Amino acid sequence: MHGLLSNRRLQRLLPSGSWYVIAAPYLWLLLFFLIPFLIVLKISFANIVLAMPPVEPVFVWTQDQILQIRLHFSNFAFVFGDDLYIEAFLNSIKVAGISTLLALLLGYPMAYGIARAPNGWRNVLFLLVVLPFFTSFLLRVYAWLGLLGRNGPINGVLMHLGLIHEPLQLLQTDFAVYIGMVYSYLPFMILPLYSAIEKLDLNLLEAAADLGCRPARVFMKVTLPLTKQGIFAGCLLVFIPAVGEYVIPALLGGPDTLMIGRVVWDEFFGNRDWPVASALAIVLLVLLSGLVLLLQRVQARGEAIHE
Amino acid sequence: MNERRAGLVLGAMAVGFSFLYLPIFAMIIYSFNASRLVTVWDSANSPTLAWYRELFHNGALLDAARLSFKIATANATGAVILGTLAAFALERYRRFRGRAMFNLLTTAPMVLPEVITGLSLLLLFVALEQTMGWPRGRGAVTITIAHITFSMAYVIVIVKARLATVDRSIEEAAMDLGARPWKVFAVITLPLIASAIASGWVLAFILSWDDLVITSFVSGPSSTTLPQLVFSKVRLGVSPDINALATLLVLVVTACVVSAGIYMLQAERKRLHDAQMAFEESA
Repeated sequence: MHGLLSNRRLQRLLPSGSWYVIAAPYLWLLLFFLIPFLIVLKISFANIVLAMPPVEPVFVWTQDQILQIRLHFSNFAFVFGDDLYIEAFLNSIKVAGISTLLALLLGYPMAYGIARAPNGWRNVLFLLVVLPFFTSFLLRVYAWLGLLGRNGPINGVLMHLGLIHEPLQLLQTDFAVYIGMVYSYLPFMILPLYSAIEKLDLNLLEAAADLGCRPARVFMKVTLPLTKQGIFAGCLLVFIPAVGEYVIPALLGGPDTLMIGRVVWDEFFGNRDWPVASALAIVLLVLLSGLVLLLQRVQARGEAIHE
Repeated sequence: MNERRAGLVLGAMAVGFSFLYLPIFAMIIYSFNASRLVTVWDSANSPTLAWYRELFHNGALLDAARLSFKIATANATGAVILGTLAAFALERYRRFRGRAMFNLLTTAPMVLPEVITGLSLLLLFVALEQTMGWPRGRGAVTITIAHITFSMAYVIVIVKARLATVDRSIEEAAMDLGARPWKVFAVITLPLIASAIASGWVLAFILSWDDLVITSFVSGPSSTTLPQLVFSKVRLGVSPDINALATLLVLVVTACVVSAGIYMLQAERKRLHDAQMAFEESA
């Protein structure tokens, strides 16, 4: 065995160990991640038919050995021509944007507090932020179903205090969707903010204060610019998944809460229109890929600074 | 920190943490409520364990939980193997053809909307079945493949971060002493990154156990996972036995995360202590 492996000639013929290390995950991702996208792209140009699968082939061999490629642009024309889809895209961006802003406003002071907490406390608080992320996402969204309901405790407390006389319609509103989004994605906001604030050199803040800078100005001129990277990463990590979210609008939103993830789901499962669902997915993908690349660059820069 | 800002920070933390935890506590409390109306407290008959008892007599739910457990275990194991290899490739081989592409492929599944990932995998499985006859229909196998594909990315992040902190001079020393690369990995590197691999396994398990959207796309009529069952029920409104189920899950996860946290804290202290001892001995 040993003799065989140390045989140089044989070693040169076989791929080296590093080849296998790279190839196994690489091939997996090519087959199960990249190729599927090419298929989505292909189907987005196909025609719908009543069959299983409900799409017409795009590549067809004719009898004279000619490969015909039939690309139908009608799905994209349909998507861009229908106000419903445009509205769903715009509304997804609006909902994700507002949710991101709310998460930042709540997350920044929390991350600040955790990073500046006494040593023993810091780990505990950090764990408390991460813990909900480990408990079921679906069940955490579900928890709000009970809280926000007509007979739920929130309406109960408000009525008891005499602030309202009739239960408010909280569920099936955009308000409920915002709550669900901020609730689910807050840890994603806090984690990058925390690591940015923790790295902050306190001497800089002290120096600014010593030079007569007022606290609010120190925050605006020193703290905020130095934690810019964390803010950026946190916002992208909340915004990107929020745009395509399905579960939260489906459970907490009303029938008129149009979000693109939900529209893709309904086209696919409800209307069985695979080509239109694919076309919508492609448009969403193009929309988000710019943001994903941006996120990668922000993280790479963060790593470079760290090193 | 001046006092006004300290007050603001403390206030935000109080609001934030109650926001994170009140819904969970409410769910736990209501799981002991006897009333079928869930949020209307029936003080005559509560607290009760009736909903917990009902859970363990619900055959469909137990089947779904068993299937989810199997898929999550297989997924975590597969994701850890592929993820560790990928992390190693990205961290140790700084240059190889297609590295930029590989890097993109390993991070994209984390941020892409689940509807897109689910839709694309289903279309792949349908195309494969048409051209190669495999996989025959969809079920546990296709769900596991889909889960490995997206949870692997999280394993890579965790293992890569740990690999970056491993002192390479130890590996080089072993290599200089004649150990083959594979042996260096098994004897030196693997023990050093074992805790990261373990956290990766747990995270991959939870991601799979919890996934609804991707699963819905790639599952077949004969395979219903726990999240699918819960979702179909919850869509119709709150239900007391789901509160009981949620409470059990929250307790199990909390116990796991807290004990893992304590373990890691102790390991860290021990490492610091050992380093100090070594330093004092050598001095």
